[in-house]
Amino acid sequence: MDDIIVRSITRIVIPFVMLYGIYIVLHGHISPGGGFSGGALVGSSLILYTLVFGVDKARKKFSHRVSEIAESGGILLYLMVGILGIFLSGSFLSNQSAGFPMGELGSLLSGGIIPILMIGIGVKVASTMISLFHILIEEEK
Amino acid sequence: MKNKIIASIFILLFVVLVYSIMQMPAGSGTDSLAYSESTEYYLENAASETGVTNIVAAILTDYRAFDTLGETIVLFTSIVAVVSVLRPDRKPKEGENNG
Repeated sequence: MDDIIVRSITRIVIPFVMLYGIYIVLHGHISPGGGFSGGALVGSSLILYTLVFGVDKARKKFSHRVSEIAESGGILLYLMVGILGIFLSGSFLSNQSAGFPMGELGSLLSGGIIPILMIGIGVKVASTMISLFHILIEEEK
Repeated sequence: MKNKIIASIFILLFVVLVYSIMQMPAGSGTDSLAYSESTEYYLENAASETGVTNIVAAILTDYRAFDTLGETIVLFTSIVAVVSVLRPDRKPKEGENNG
């Protein structure tokens, strides 16, 4: 899209959208939101970048390699936390009984495995959105 | 003749469905089906058992964490399926030569 207004506004808007998405993912356990909605926000900001600046420039920022790592990394983080629960307490994805630190109710570092799982889901959702978009738009060429 | 039989069967099914909707319990208040023992359990114990204030997050990633793992695997499977069908070329210049 060769429009100076769209380019300038996008440059200004993208960091704030991404920051808000990361905020929603990290605060998923103390305020409304979570991994799915925050990841969708981060993914949409990357889609906006691809729409405005073209797929070639976006591929430099978010390559196939990064996409592979993010896709597998989100789900592997989730599974590792679950398997850690087996060793610590005997059941898959156990939280309090496995002895994860609970923290103070309502603070950012609380809830044991819940923030870690939220980060895993957020990375997964964001990378799924942007990878699907890139694959479909590359096929158009 | 055949169409009339099919139409009458569908009308009969429609009447049965409407009748069963009339028999359903009211959708709000403490007497409804959705307000069960598990609702009270989550409201009372979620904060002390999981240490989070967002009960939706507590249900999503603690009580029903295995279900959320399934959702994540669905996302993973969808992206694997799309990539296997629409495989993007790693090197676009060589890909054009190969056709």
